[in-house]
Amino acid sequence: MPEPLSLDEVRRVARLARLRLSPAQLEQYRSQLSSVLDHIAKLNELDVEGVEPMAHPGELTNRLSPDEVADPLPVEQLLAIAPAVTDGFLAVPKVLGEGGGP
Amino acid sequence: MPDSETIIGLAEAIRGGEISAADTVRDCLGRIEAIDATLHSFHETYGSRAIQIAATIDSAIKAGRDPGPLAGVPVAIKDNLVTDFGHTTCSSRMLEHYESPYTSTAVQRLMDAGAVIIGKTNCDEFAMGSSTEQCAFGPTRNPWDTDRVPGGSSGGSAAAVAAGLCPGALGSDTGGSVRQPAALCGIVGVKPSYGRVSRLGLVAFGSSLDQIGSLARRVPDAALLLGVIAGADPGDSTCAERAVPDYLEKIDEPVEGLRLGVPRQYLSDDNDPAVNEAVRGAIEVYRGLGASIIDIDLPLTGYAIATYYVIATAEASSNLARYDGIRYGRRAALEPGDDLFDLYAKSRAEGFGPEVQRRIMLGTYVLSAGYYDAYYKRALQVRRLIKQEFDAAFEHCDALLGPTSPTPAFAIGEKADPLSMYLCDLYTTGANIAGICAISIPGGHAEEAGRALPVGIQLQCKAFDEATMFRVARMFEAATDFHTKRPG
Repeated sequence: MPEPLSLDEVRRVARLARLRLSPAQLEQYRSQLSSVLDHIAKLNELDVEGVEPMAHPGELTNRLSPDEVADPLPVEQLLAIAPAVTDGFLAVPKVLGEGGGP
Repeated sequence: MPDSETIIGLAEAIRGGEISAADTVRDCLGRIEAIDATLHSFHETYGSRAIQIAATIDSAIKAGRDPGPLAGVPVAIKDNLVTDFGHTTCSSRMLEHYESPYTSTAVQRLMDAGAVIIGKTNCDEFAMGSSTEQCAFGPTRNPWDTDRVPGGSSGGSAAAVAAGLCPGALGSDTGGSVRQPAALCGIVGVKPSYGRVSRLGLVAFGSSLDQIGSLARRVPDAALLLGVIAGADPGDSTCAERAVPDYLEKIDEPVEGLRLGVPRQYLSDDNDPAVNEAVRGAIEVYRGLGASIIDIDLPLTGYAIATYYVIATAEASSNLARYDGIRYGRRAALEPGDDLFDLYAKSRAEGFGPEVQRRIMLGTYVLSAGYYDAYYKRALQVRRLIKQEFDAAFEHCDALLGPTSPTPAFAIGEKADPLSMYLCDLYTTGANIAGICAISIPGGHAEEAGRALPVGIQLQCKAFDEATMFRVARMFEAATDFHTKRPG
């Protein structure tokens, strides 16, 4: 049986997942995710030694498309659904330097 | 009198000019208007657009042209299939006002076949749920008992068809999201083989699991819808380049010498007694039709949920990374000094509901450094073992029979604990993990507090053997009358 998640771990995961959560949410997810992980620990009962992981059920091979210019969606149409646009570009807060994030 | 109860009968009557597509669509909109305030199966309807398209279909027929096999048939689509008209919200605040610049392949193929898209149906947020309660704009209610859930995540589509608001619908099925609501609402729901239907324009949840499937009241109708939407698409490289058989051609021919496998794990004592009774009844029906019943052992059945919730959440955490508050979707209001990280983290915290956040967190965790091998890689290894177990079973039988859901519809609010909700998917996730096809059909009714609640039975067949699956399902439907019962 795995150890229940610690609050620090939940905080780490929320950061990786880019979710700004309240202390109450962190605590709630800690307890709910711990019980789900407890169920998932069932998988440790099985011997998977030497089993090739299966990422996909399909009969997948690389497919090449013809090297032709296709009609892309018009830029204006894509900008029209963006939440913030400046001079025909997607607008974001400052990325580099001070305020560039952690 | 045209048989307007079925999609096939309705399309025939419209193509033959016996009834008009415009009237059919108006009837449909009228029923939605009258009943759907209680059920909340639709997010939005396309009234004037739908009537206008139906009128065009009527004129085409008058002019001697054939609008296609779904001529004038009103079809509802789950609100995670994009269309270049109306909104596509995925029942999420994140996409509350989202208008897609393009249309999904499956929906385009419906329209090309003459179907009239009547509206978008409610679902669990980003298709994550088994009850259609995890919705930013309110839950859907089960037409058999409005205090109960319709199942999920395609609960709006299932409730709409069950209540007679429209004759057919599309949903998506990542771990049972078409079949389980079909079972809980007493209709037919299909999860095609992985790669049977293009996923282009289906908002991604678990990309190695997701398939678009059909919902209808009759097996042939569900088969007709699937036949229209299936087949290769240059826009989805995971969509198989295999010919699509005519599923209706032999649908009324019983499968000669049918070998029906019954996995002993499927008749668990933990199931609701009415569910096991329906499965046992179905075994007898098939035996009476000359099928041989084969005992099958699927010891990994009890590991499907654990496997599924690692793989599906891992894929979801990657897929939903695209909602960054920058290119489309919700963007949080920022405080002075907020940086790019704050923009992401605040927008996603505001935009996603709790179940979506939980799954993103779980998926992020199982993929994160130090846990990847223990969880994600191991789940992919068990996935192969589960697939091998199905492969071995199909060497002995043509189809597997069992329950779709361990219980009939449960009460709204009953499953507040996430794990208890996940366990609803016990019998459905296997087909997605292995990529095989499966169908839920009406198989009986449970009595709960004096009300009849539908029970679904599930048939699973090997990948790309939908033609057999539909014939086996049709054998049962033709021999029983469970599908003729209506709610209310």
